[in-house]
Amino acid sequence: MIILWTDALIYILISVITLLFFCLRGKEHFVRPWKKISHNRTAMTALVFLVFFLIIGLLDSIHFRPTDSQNNEIISVLDYWANPIRLHQEKSYSAPFSAYLYSKELIMATDQVPYWGYPRLEYGGSHLKDVQAEKIADILDKAWIGFVKGVAVIIILFYAYHWLWQQTSFSNKTVNTVFSTLLFLSTLSYMLVELSTYYHVMGTDKVGEDVFYQTLKSIRTGLVIGSLTTLIMLPLAIIFGILAGFFRGWVDDIIQYVYTTLNSIPGVLLIAASILMVQVYMANNQEQFTSLVARADMRLLFLCLILGVTSWTGLCRMLRAETLKLREMEYVLAAQALGVPRYAILYRHILPNVMHIVFISVVLDFSSLVLAEAVLSYVNIGVDPTTYSWGNMINGARLEMAREPVVWWSLAASFVFMFTLVLAANLFADSVRDAFDPRRIQS
Amino acid sequence: MSTPLLIVENLQLSFATELVIKGISFNINKGETFALVGESGSGKSLAALSVIRLHPSQATLKADSIQLTDIDILRTPEAELCKVRGQRVAMIFQDPMSSLNPVMSIGQQIAETIQLHFSLTKAQCSEKVLLLLEQVGIPDAPRRINEYPHQLSGGQRQRVMIAIALAGEPDLLIADEPTTALDVTIQAQILQLLKKIQQENGMALWLISHDLALVSNMADRVAVMQSGRIVEVAENKEIFSHAQHQYTQKLLNALPDINYRAENAKPESTVILKLTGFKVYYPIRKGLFKRIVDYVKAVDDVSFTLEAGKTLALVGESGCGKTTLGKGLLNLLPSTAGQVEFAGIDLASLSREEIRAQRSAMQIVFQDPFAAMNPRMLVLDIIAEGLRTLHAELDEQECITIVSDLLKQVGLDETALYRYPHEFSGGQRQRICIARALAVKPKLIVCDEPTSALDVSVQKQIIELLKHLQQTENISYLFITHDLAVVAEIADEIAVMYQGKIVEYGSVDQVLRHAEHPYTQKLLSAVPVLVQ
Repeated sequence: MIILWTDALIYILISVITLLFFCLRGKEHFVRPWKKISHNRTAMTALVFLVFFLIIGLLDSIHFRPTDSQNNEIISVLDYWANPIRLHQEKSYSAPFSAYLYSKELIMATDQVPYWGYPRLEYGGSHLKDVQAEKIADILDKAWIGFVKGVAVIIILFYAYHWLWQQTSFSNKTVNTVFSTLLFLSTLSYMLVELSTYYHVMGTDKVGEDVFYQTLKSIRTGLVIGSLTTLIMLPLAIIFGILAGFFRGWVDDIIQYVYTTLNSIPGVLLIAASILMVQVYMANNQEQFTSLVARADMRLLFLCLILGVTSWTGLCRMLRAETLKLREMEYVLAAQALGVPRYAILYRHILPNVMHIVFISVVLDFSSLVLAEAVLSYVNIGVDPTTYSWGNMINGARLEMAREPVVWWSLAASFVFMFTLVLAANLFADSVRDAFDPRRIQS
Repeated sequence: MSTPLLIVENLQLSFATELVIKGISFNINKGETFALVGESGSGKSLAALSVIRLHPSQATLKADSIQLTDIDILRTPEAELCKVRGQRVAMIFQDPMSSLNPVMSIGQQIAETIQLHFSLTKAQCSEKVLLLLEQVGIPDAPRRINEYPHQLSGGQRQRVMIAIALAGEPDLLIADEPTTALDVTIQAQILQLLKKIQQENGMALWLISHDLALVSNMADRVAVMQSGRIVEVAENKEIFSHAQHQYTQKLLNALPDINYRAENAKPESTVILKLTGFKVYYPIRKGLFKRIVDYVKAVDDVSFTLEAGKTLALVGESGCGKTTLGKGLLNLLPSTAGQVEFAGIDLASLSREEIRAQRSAMQIVFQDPFAAMNPRMLVLDIIAEGLRTLHAELDEQECITIVSDLLKQVGLDETALYRYPHEFSGGQRQRICIARALAVKPKLIVCDEPTSALDVSVQKQIIELLKHLQQTENISYLFITHDLAVVAEIADEIAVMYQGKIVEYGSVDQVLRHAEHPYTQKLLSAVPVLVQ
């Protein structure tokens, strides 16, 4: 097993979240909003989608060197499972579910007379003898098998849940919503798994790689950018924001200068400069980055770092304002009158009372960062070109938009996946905000 | 005189399933002053809003009839009702700052209302604005017309609000706690103004208030409201001398009495706190280099002494520096000059660490029990915070024992330990705050308006609690308040503060009955006293 830098950070993040969960499990003011969220059906549906994405991303974050590796290649568990689609590389573009290449080529016929035509794909639909006659029936057949498997799994899970938790009633609305979302996801994924062994369900790209595989790999990139950037941004924003608001005076002045200066430099410029720096560093220290994956990972990490450094100012400003308000609250004065030291006041009275703002902005920032990655890759200062990301996919598809007939599947696939992730994150963020809003708690 | 102007029958208002106003019926006659009295949460403000259909949109209004002379308010379309509001019925609210638009000059705001209801030329309109401003007693009206709300004092703002209300020449003026946010001397002026205008215009005044003494001076008829019901309606004289309903009697009994006299004066004891030449100045900085050009003298050369087990009341209007003095005394604000001698030790001679240790002897209880506790902490942690900081040697079990004893002492039970502040009522929260202060066994507690945010009946209980604690624990109080009636009940000595200085200082009897300073006399004459 090989641990890349971003992998390590993802593991840390997951363990921190688990730890926090265990620490805060008994705190009523924290549990109450979550209970409220758990009764919100939209939120739960969004959460199921998010968790589904998260599982794919996590599977893609466990890297190892396969035993039969020839060229120092590092792959992830997801790659291993997706071996059929990963290795089924065609020559060039092919449409979703097509058995033929997208462009005409000179084909050697059996009678040695070459002619122009659409050649059969090497893998996609290669098991079919007569494409015209068999394809649709074959697709429906395989989809049906996938559907039945998916339904079976969910039915087993559904009854297992009720049996394990001794739930006798089957009319709990939220549970039913969660299971219908799971049913949707499970049937869809089983169908895709069944089909993708035989077809390119979302077509292939310019070099013949399966687009479905690319979008699956992009999930990790999106999640890493969204979560690691917030992880880097949070300590900066929280510490500086609270210190500036609480101590005021020269501390406040310095912190304000720093963030106004940082804010006045165009973010894109900073990002471009730091990416360039990383590239130069890697060129000078080639012995440290022997594998392509390790290089791409380093660049991804630096992108997260620099995005984090440029995006903490907004939250910092908000926290500063909130702390300015809180420090005048009478309970802070009362604590001072009791002789509570200042660090304890910060930790006990200020921090817990700004946490709802932190929480809301983390979930909201997540989706905007996923989108930011797409934009940055589009202008070529995002992730490494060899990293799979929605931004790179869109960037690649851009040139083919003018082609006749148009190659639309790369764009469509990345759009659908990104849209689903961001929509799920936003819907979830919305209900989190509602649940943690102190004004709504009272009513 | 007794032709009815407004008749309300069986008015009900409910939020979702909860009935807030449970069917009230009353009528207001032409030209009379009708007062609706009740404690907070009794639904009196909602009643007023419902009558002109301004109730919150999520609430449902039901009534048999609401008749304003010839207008059936329940069946009038919203568009026509807009004309009724302002022209027939006008309203003034408690907080004049939030009811005025801060980016419009007061002249514009009054003119806006006039133009809504009358078609006048610009010149006529501004003439009318001037007339109104003069009527509500704003001095130098032609100049003031272009000023913005923040340039006016609280009392003047409320006058402008009244001018706006009068602009539509209404038959009925609803005044919802019109003076609660104002100082007692300003309150007297505003009430006089309302009375004068009522006589001039012959309109009816519907006064909504929690202050029984004030109502007894103003109203012709009084209705007492308790949790959504009117429990008693009677003529003014009737209700205050022969209250029929139990609740009215309870309210009247809870009223602090300015003529209260302690049975026997407390004996002399040792001096616990001695203040000499205490000053808190705020610099006013101007110019490029933030040069200090002048000072705001929040507390200016104050000296007094306080004996152990006694109460010194610090009385004054808002902005006189009494709260600043309290906080400066506890070192919560930096003081500019002066000596604080506590239990014989000069606090200035102590190091920062020693002051932190000294904190336990001096504690503070705040005005607003809702803001005084961290909403994310359990009551146990709130009360034990001081214990854990100053007595690190105590283990968890001892802390819990001490805290539950304290809760019993302030009249709460042990179940409160593991609950959050928002689960308690205002009075209970104030008890928790007192327990927090008591936890560290202080010798002095600065009570900064501890009862101002509470209802009369709860105020009475808190005062009783404070008195009881003083007897058992021999604590001294520095009792900061604007309410002279409360002072009479609890204090041994009074210091009257005016513009940062103590203008009169002496025993309760001396200050309340033989006031010498003109400011004290003015203050005393402005306090509304129950007329029986």
